[in-house]
Amino acid sequence: MGSYLLGIHTPHRKGTKDSPVERLSDVKTVMIPMSMHIGKPATPVVKVGDMVKIGTKIGEADGKVSSDIYASISGKVTKLTDYLLATGKTTTAVIIEADGENAVDEAVAPPVISDRDSFIEAVKKSGIVGLGGAGFPTHVKLDVPTEKIEYLIVNGAECEPYVTSDSVNMLTRADDMAAALKALNKYLGVKKVIIGVEKGNKKVVSAMQSLASSLTELEVKVSVLPDKYPQGGEKVMVYHTTGRKIAANKLPIDVGCIVLNSTTVAQIGSFLKTGMPLTEKLVTVDGAAVTKPQNVIAPIGTPVNVLFDFCGGLKEDPAKIIYGGPMMGITVPNADVPVLKNTNAVLALSEKEAKLPKTTACIRCGACVNTCPFSLAPVNIAEAYSKEDTDELKALSVQSCMECGCCSFVCPANRPLVQINKLSKKLLADNAAKEGSK
Amino acid sequence: MSALTKLMISPHIHSGKSTSGIMGDVLIALLPATIAGTVIFGWRALLVIAVCIICSVGFEAIFNLIVKKEQTVGDLSAAVTGLLLALNLPVDVPLWQCAVGSLFAIIVVKCLFGGIGANLVNPAITARVFMLVAFGSMAVPSFPVDSVSSATPLSAEEMPGLLDLFLGRHGGAIGETCVAALLIGGIYLLVRRVISWQIPVVFLGTVFLFSLFMEGFDAVSALSLLMSGGVFIGAIFMATDYTTSPYTPWGKVIFGLGAGLLTCLIRYFGTYPEGVSFAILFMNILNPYICKWTKRKVFTAGGDKE
Repeated sequence: MGSYLLGIHTPHRKGTKDSPVERLSDVKTVMIPMSMHIGKPATPVVKVGDMVKIGTKIGEADGKVSSDIYASISGKVTKLTDYLLATGKTTTAVIIEADGENAVDEAVAPPVISDRDSFIEAVKKSGIVGLGGAGFPTHVKLDVPTEKIEYLIVNGAECEPYVTSDSVNMLTRADDMAAALKALNKYLGVKKVIIGVEKGNKKVVSAMQSLASSLTELEVKVSVLPDKYPQGGEKVMVYHTTGRKIAANKLPIDVGCIVLNSTTVAQIGSFLKTGMPLTEKLVTVDGAAVTKPQNVIAPIGTPVNVLFDFCGGLKEDPAKIIYGGPMMGITVPNADVPVLKNTNAVLALSEKEAKLPKTTACIRCGACVNTCPFSLAPVNIAEAYSKEDTDELKALSVQSCMECGCCSFVCPANRPLVQINKLSKKLLADNAAKEGSK
Repeated sequence: MSALTKLMISPHIHSGKSTSGIMGDVLIALLPATIAGTVIFGWRALLVIAVCIICSVGFEAIFNLIVKKEQTVGDLSAAVTGLLLALNLPVDVPLWQCAVGSLFAIIVVKCLFGGIGANLVNPAITARVFMLVAFGSMAVPSFPVDSVSSATPLSAEEMPGLLDLFLGRHGGAIGETCVAALLIGGIYLLVRRVISWQIPVVFLGTVFLFSLFMEGFDAVSALSLLMSGGVFIGAIFMATDYTTSPYTPWGKVIFGLGAGLLTCLIRYFGTYPEGVSFAILFMNILNPYICKWTKRKVFTAGGDKE
């Protein structure tokens, strides 16, 4: 296999790694948006006044690339409201007020599976989407011709600073993962599994190695990855575990691979065992503004400020609140936003932590070029963008950028490089749309 | 509703690297050469250095004030230019020439092209070449000037011994003679990852091998030629200037190779005894093309055409 792709050494700041996981019970109110996945938003199937229980379907998938959504607490639907998503789009959110019963819906029962199609249907019913952050509906990913699947790659890389939720899930839910892998073997014919974990994450490496040796019906290998960011990027993961390169506009399945996040795998396993759809999430709550950073299991829809209160409250007014890690995470306007299906961490950064250096002139040091995992040239992309030179932007393959942010992180002039890459992609997409409508 | 917080596009953390940090590292790396130059050539070396640095920083500050640009002297790049220029001058250079050289480096080469990062050629190198042309022998350490800075070995009848060359006990510019001090600085920059190995190693290697060939495979002569003149200060500190040298790994190799070859061609076949400055200046001009020729292959290449 070839050498590893470039990347960066980020600070780890994974202080929550060994802290005990606590479950957040008696949440008073949850707000559950109908769009917590890539694809069409779900259609609300409840109305104000309806009583729901844990696991009651409240949103029906709209078409194939969409996902079912379930109530995460028992209580009464009090409101259907507009909710502004981080993408700038608005969706409906269902607000449920708890009745304190914590009752589980009678319909929750282990799925009956007989073949491939019923397995994929069960995954669809589980409401599971890519839990690593992207939120792509998992049943769509699995719905490919079985003969095309050569490798199932379990993405156990957790390269973002602070975030430890996937690691904790791998340590505590290995049996769920085993159940999922067995089912994937039985119904989708998956024969080879590679679990990718960073070298420095030693406990998880050994936990995954014992999981691998406990599964006799299929070949499971643990691939130890370098301690560099970004290992979790899908194309990076496939290259580092199999040596296969995925070209622009191609998917892992085009090189015979399906990549699933480790928590997604665990979630499939627990759904197969219990029939409980995705209603709660283990979330890393961290950042210097948080009094007692830790991992918390919270119902989906829990307001972030409830999580902060649970973790001893905030020591100071946070400068930034982030969904996910600090390299690719999304800032939110306040702490009223809910925990989503694909929320793996919520960070409250202190003023000091969030302080970024001033942007100065580019000195053409090439640090961006020499850290880009995909060998792009952010310095040249920025020049082309300033001239709105779309031909040059295409020639520089800016569409391939996975937006990992290494370039901006290393830039000694702190230039907004990945940010310009995103704008460049938008410019090309807008231009293509204009061309199309002509 | 809770208090509003900042909305911003990721990443939300930064490596902490800065332009002033990098330039500060270069200043630290030049400290051994500065000290060695002062020990070898006496206190006047410090005077030349002080004048060049003060003038360089001062001219940049004044330029920014006049054109109402944000003040940039805090990035320390003007100080680096001043120090490098001084280390490339003979100890007895008239101080007014130091001022004119600094003016040329900072205003003409750097500020008029848009300031840090926008210059096409290295300010210190270009100013040195300018002084050589404008002031003739005075700025050229390669010609016999007086007893303090005698001829560099390249034009001298008798070569100093290898140890004297290594320790810098011979004539030449203030900062170029002590190979030992320059190597310490170079290692510091490599360890701090300010520079990468390609340009210095290929540059020095090319000069050594070319000289070895021309000297009939006499290793001592080749080493003497490598350690005399401005090859070490040029290869480690001038040819590695970010703005005017390639940022691609193979580009750096080509740049080092070209600079090494040109240095030797000028030394052996040109009219000037030393060619390092001209060689680097010429490669500076080719730099944008070298970057273009040596672009790394995009990882995701080979996808569907749109």
